[in-house]
Amino acid sequence: MPLIEVRNLKKIYQDGVETPALGGVSFDTNEGEFVAIMGPSGSGKSTLLHILGFLDRHTSGVYRFDGKTIDDYSPEEIAHTRNKKMGFVFQMFNLLPRATVLENVKLPLFYSGLKESLWDEIALKAIEEVGLSQRKNYDTSLLSGGEKQRVAIARALVNNPAVIFADEPTGNLDSKSGGQIMEIIESLNNKGHTIILITHETYTAEYAERIITLKDGLIESDRKVEYRRHIHKDHFIK
Amino acid sequence: MNLRYAFKTALRALKANKSRSALTILGIVIGITAIMMVMSLGQGAQNLILKQIQSIGSKTIAVVPGRQPKGIMESLSVLTDSLKEKDVTVLMKKENVPHLSKIMPVVFGSETAVFENESYSATVFGVTDLFAKIYDVYPEQGRLFSDEEVKSKADVVIIGSKVKDELFGQDDALDKKIKVKGRNLRVIGILGKKGQFSFVNFDSAVIVPYTTAQTYIFGIKYFHRLVIEADKEENVAQTVEDIKMTLRNSHNITDPEKDDFFIETQASAMEMVSTIMNILTLFLAAVAAISLVVGGVGIMNIMLVSVTERTREIGLRKAIGATDKNILFQFLLEAVVLTAIGGIVGIILGTLFSFLTSLALSKFWNLNWAFTFPIQAALLGIGVSAFVGLVFGLYPARQASKKSPIEALRYE
Repeated sequence: MPLIEVRNLKKIYQDGVETPALGGVSFDTNEGEFVAIMGPSGSGKSTLLHILGFLDRHTSGVYRFDGKTIDDYSPEEIAHTRNKKMGFVFQMFNLLPRATVLENVKLPLFYSGLKESLWDEIALKAIEEVGLSQRKNYDTSLLSGGEKQRVAIARALVNNPAVIFADEPTGNLDSKSGGQIMEIIESLNNKGHTIILITHETYTAEYAERIITLKDGLIESDRKVEYRRHIHKDHFIK
Repeated sequence: MNLRYAFKTALRALKANKSRSALTILGIVIGITAIMMVMSLGQGAQNLILKQIQSIGSKTIAVVPGRQPKGIMESLSVLTDSLKEKDVTVLMKKENVPHLSKIMPVVFGSETAVFENESYSATVFGVTDLFAKIYDVYPEQGRLFSDEEVKSKADVVIIGSKVKDELFGQDDALDKKIKVKGRNLRVIGILGKKGQFSFVNFDSAVIVPYTTAQTYIFGIKYFHRLVIEADKEENVAQTVEDIKMTLRNSHNITDPEKDDFFIETQASAMEMVSTIMNILTLFLAAVAAISLVVGGVGIMNIMLVSVTERTREIGLRKAIGATDKNILFQFLLEAVVLTAIGGIVGIILGTLFSFLTSLALSKFWNLNWAFTFPIQAALLGIGVSAFVGLVFGLYPARQASKKSPIEALRYE
């Protein structure tokens, strides 16, 4: 059974006028897959990600996550699923201001129902995974963009989610920091996390094993990546 | 949901905007401070008055002409002329009021006392020599007047320490003659310094036989009070009843509703004062509570600003697993913590100010004023301020919890 099952998914925004954002999209994603969703702005890729992440509802069609549709869940269960099974990384990092790295990474644990005595240990492990252990007590406003995004990734994986949704994670970074972020995301995929990556750069998309290209709310192409970026690591300017 | 962590989060959010938080709670602080002061000073005033009543003595009964006042508006009863010499005579009969041990008619009023070029506006008391025993005030120099002097309307006077100082200064006053309403009165006694006592300030009093006062000073044939003492405290209630029966007979009254006198005992006076003071305190506290509503609106306003400012944070929290309830609770808790802090600060300031006020009252006005910490007001203060936070924080918190996560994440 695929982890993500999308059938003829449509989304129409009703903002006075009807604006179709997705015009019928179908694909499956298996557990452990690394999929990049590409497309120019306005192609519907962010809309798709929001629906996949239970942040928004589709208008028609079917979306099953882990075998269930969003309508099978109560609002509390949706929040719980986002907390336990999904991790989010945003282009704008979206860290809490005036809080330390550790406090930011601990945030999802607050909503997880786990005992507070366990939080530090779990959060520190996630921080170690993104290589920020020596910065754990820094105020996040003092960090560079790349470091901020690493904090966001640590926060996304602190509850050991099945899938990590990354919405243009390198969009606000220089190529060097962007490369580091992609390496971390790749290593998470190697550890078994399913990755759904949104990007408009072919270069970044080629870290994935599969690229779905959207255009005007429809899938234009869905192809395997022949030469994945990490295989050509030597070409990557460090 | 981890409550301790939720509190920490709320405190952190409030600390992030220290000066804004401080200004926001100012309304609550002022409101609670005002309530605390009203309650504390009200309690202090009540205690002061009750102490004065207690100093009258629990065996003392006052018969007052006129009708029993009902409620605050009537508390100043119109003096009438219903109590006369014949009432004293019937009350003194053993078969009428068996437990009566002392009875003293009282007339009083404000008059100017003059000695040579000095004058002083004094309170003239017309009494018998029993006043010394009843009020426990004795002349420091000289003597009390005798029964004979009372009967003969003698022109004698006992003056309070203040009157003596004002009229005679350091000079000897005994046997000098002072003029009250054109009548020459010979000073036969001078009271020691006594201060305010049982609502009578003996320091500024001019005490004469009541017969003298009635005939030569006030020109009346009735009394302003009859002060009666029962032989024992446990007989006070019985004596009150006996006095009522006797006076009704004497005044030909059959319907107790039409009594032309009423009786005050220590117990009834204390009850009345407590009732009046409690109503007054409550009323003032209610006025002060209006500022809490104003403060609450301020809280609501700033919480709405905060919710808008933190739209992205709300979106993020929802994305990583916060339910609507979590968000609602977070913002509600912030509002409640904010107002509860205001309440605590208000209690501290209110206590401080009422302590300073009571200090000033006892120092500069020489009142025997005791500071009281109104524990009920303090508890009420915290409760009310937290409640204000709850009520006025609910709307902004609901706004926050209703935000859609994607709209919130997109918010710039």
